[in-house]
Amino acid sequence: MNYTDKAKGIENQIDIPNSDKVAISMQNVSIKYNSQTAVKNVFCDIPKGKVTALIGPSGCGKSTILRAINRMNDLISGCSLTGKILFDGYDLYNKQIDPVEVRRRIGMVFQQPNPFPKTIYENIAFGARINGFTGNMDELVANSLKRAALWGECKDKLKESGYSLSGGQQQRLCIARTIAIEPEVILMDEPCSALDPISTLKIEETMHELKKNYTLIIVTHNMQQALRVSDYTAFFNAEKIDSSKSGKVGYLVEFNQTNKIFNSPKQKVTKDYITGKFG
Amino acid sequence: MKNISKKQKSKYENLYYHPYKKNNIKDKLLTSISILFSTIAILPLVLVLAYILIKGGSLLSYDLLTNLPEPPGDDIISAGGIGNAIIGTLIITIIATFISVPIGIGGGIYLAEYSKGALFSKFIRFGTNVLSGVPSIIAGVFIYGIIVYTKIIFGSNFSAIAGGMALSILMIPTVIKTTDEGLKLVSQELRKGALGVGASKFVTITQITLPAAINPIATGILLAIARAAGETAPLIFTALFSFYWSSSPQSILEPIASLSVLIYNFAIEPYKAQNELAWAASFILVLLLLFLNILSKWLSKRTNLET
Amino acid sequence: MRNGQSSKFLLRQRPLSERLIDNGFKRLAIAMAAMVAIVLISIFLVIFLGASESIHRYGLKFLVISEWNPVTDEYGAFTAIYGTIVTSIASILIALPLGVGTSIVITEDILPSKLRDLIGLMVELLAAIPSVVLGLWAIFVMEPFLRPLLLGLHTNFGWIPFLSTEPIGPGMLPAILILVIMILPIITSISRDSLKQVPNKLREAAYGIGATRWATIINVILPAAISGITGGVLLALGRAMGETMAVTMIIGNSFSFNWSLLAPGNTISAMLANQFGEADGSQVSSLMYAALILMILTLIVNILAQLIVKKMRLKY
Repeated sequence: MNYTDKAKGIENQIDIPNSDKVAISMQNVSIKYNSQTAVKNVFCDIPKGKVTALIGPSGCGKSTILRAINRMNDLISGCSLTGKILFDGYDLYNKQIDPVEVRRRIGMVFQQPNPFPKTIYENIAFGARINGFTGNMDELVANSLKRAALWGECKDKLKESGYSLSGGQQQRLCIARTIAIEPEVILMDEPCSALDPISTLKIEETMHELKKNYTLIIVTHNMQQALRVSDYTAFFNAEKIDSSKSGKVGYLVEFNQTNKIFNSPKQKVTKDYITGKFG
Repeated sequence: MKNISKKQKSKYENLYYHPYKKNNIKDKLLTSISILFSTIAILPLVLVLAYILIKGGSLLSYDLLTNLPEPPGDDIISAGGIGNAIIGTLIITIIATFISVPIGIGGGIYLAEYSKGALFSKFIRFGTNVLSGVPSIIAGVFIYGIIVYTKIIFGSNFSAIAGGMALSILMIPTVIKTTDEGLKLVSQELRKGALGVGASKFVTITQITLPAAINPIATGILLAIARAAGETAPLIFTALFSFYWSSSPQSILEPIASLSVLIYNFAIEPYKAQNELAWAASFILVLLLLFLNILSKWLSKRTNLET
Repeated sequence: MRNGQSSKFLLRQRPLSERLIDNGFKRLAIAMAAMVAIVLISIFLVIFLGASESIHRYGLKFLVISEWNPVTDEYGAFTAIYGTIVTSIASILIALPLGVGTSIVITEDILPSKLRDLIGLMVELLAAIPSVVLGLWAIFVMEPFLRPLLLGLHTNFGWIPFLSTEPIGPGMLPAILILVIMILPIITSISRDSLKQVPNKLREAAYGIGATRWATIINVILPAAISGITGGVLLALGRAMGETMAVTMIIGNSFSFNWSLLAPGNTISAMLANQFGEADGSQVSSLMYAALILMILTLIVNILAQLIVKKMRLKY
């Protein structure tokens, strides 16, 4: 299997019956930092209402792709994208698109828990307020915390600082904050990498809850986690490309239902990776 | 939660950028205001520099730099030159540097290398901060009270020494702080390495840590000099002013001219010739200070690259 | 190494001279550090002793009498204290939005980075212009340019006590404006440093839930940087209170009290610069009393600045 075949994306078009089951469609997406290509020629249709895991060795561009979906890469100067990312019929990189609107409908949870230096209550209310929420705020805060499985632990200290929580709780607060703005898609960038196993387990339970209502896309370096939580898995790899002077360029190797990726991968490199031969 | 979607769907159901949406108008407005503010902030520098270049630069000549100033009213056409004021500023600044650098570096060494967070060192750190906030005119009043008024130094009252001492009070806190911070940047490993081969504390500091921190310390000294050389308030009743050369060694015990006091004295004179001399002196003084500032910036950039 | 062992390691025994130098160096460093304390305490002592005659004579009444008359030998510092407080606070009120706005432009990606660097550099260089040069510029350029504008202000809004006199040239308002120019670099550079220290993950958190640029700046970034900005404002306030030359040259140095900002006024430091050289007798003592008040005012502001920065940093 060589690189150019994959670039055509034929291998990665999987069988999703009709288009309204696709949440995000990436069509020949390449991302560069200044002149350095980070990830190249990604074709991928991410199904609606499912959990999709992006896995691969470090430097394969999985986080870069994830951050491209809600245009967080706009904050990095020198980062540019070619190709199309389609969401709800819009090309997200069309000049007319407002990245702020995009982020309101595609929320994100980051690698490091990053609550605001405000109270727990305000952490959630802030996002809702700037999104023009007019309903009962107390109710929204309570519901969001419940759905992030944090209500029981912090219902008595809503007025305390978000920093008073433990790392795992902070991350669930960040999830609650994202749920509160009612996005359609939630992106999670290695949400458990800074957490202990017990907190990780709780976050994973939260994810199971969330997939009833949302499309989840999660980057993880933990294959067991991908297996536990995801319905679909995209495996990325990085290769040294002759034309580029330095560094590796990431690409999408294989995308399929998680059990197929883990039990009968089509590519040898996928099999090598999930059996722990590299990465 | 339904309220959000309902509200968005009502008017702007798509993802396109809507220039007339309330948030976007607010964002644009605030962006314009902040750019306007920063334009206002840099305007004074542009205007001041422009005027100094035009009014001061046009007067520049060899005579201006080498002649003595003439007392107001003596000559309507010409006010002479600023030669003694240039020399005077250099002399006073050098005196201030010689007083403040040993004290500043010594104090900084104590804080960074010897103090162990005891009450005394806390007080010195606090005192350094307080001293750096003391208004410059107070330094002048203090030196007037302790040196000029008492004639304690060889019976002289207004003198270059008194002026230098007043300026040194303003320089000391800067030198202490940058020495303290510069030494703290030196890695503990380097220090342990020297002590570990049996070097005394004196040898460790003078031959290892101080040379390693020389760039930030030099940056701080330059900044302190730049601040002192432009100061006026501490000098007007310590160094006073002089219409003569300060050429003999004894003249550091006599009143001395300086660029900044010349600018002050001649700016408030009603004579045009004197006013123009003030512009010329401003040109030289600003040039000197910009040079010192850019030099210190260059030095600190080099420090950042090294660490 | 010591005593018993030293005989076996003769080569490693430190010579007496080395130990003396080592010890002497330490003592020298301590002495130099102590100089800070000595200078600071002497400043207070000299000014306090110099002022004692006037303190005895007037007590706290000195603070509320506005008459300053060397001929009748009657002194009160109210005009100068009022001028010091009004000019410094008014200049902060103007410089704060300008400085914080500028520091936001420098730290956020509103403009291309080269332009931002240039703005930052220019504001820093503004701090290098000496006070006396700004005073010269204020006398000959700024004030003549402003006078028609101030006159317009007076004719239209003269019913406001603060604008109730006709501008005659030097005055409080020109002094306030020149102070704005002088403290802008402090507020800008300290705000910029505190904004730069706000961790990027907070920025991402806000953008990630769909906040616009200014919603992020106002609700997340500025609150996180507030301690540094507050400290900077207080330092600038201290600086404005003690600022002497430019103010002396443009404020008019009048001792008759007037509410109007368009009228000539005075500040403590301007008064010191003007009169100290030629004063004698009880006038010197009264000037020292005024200097003591200035010293205490700036001391309070500076200590407050240090405390606030320390306390708020702990919280965040």
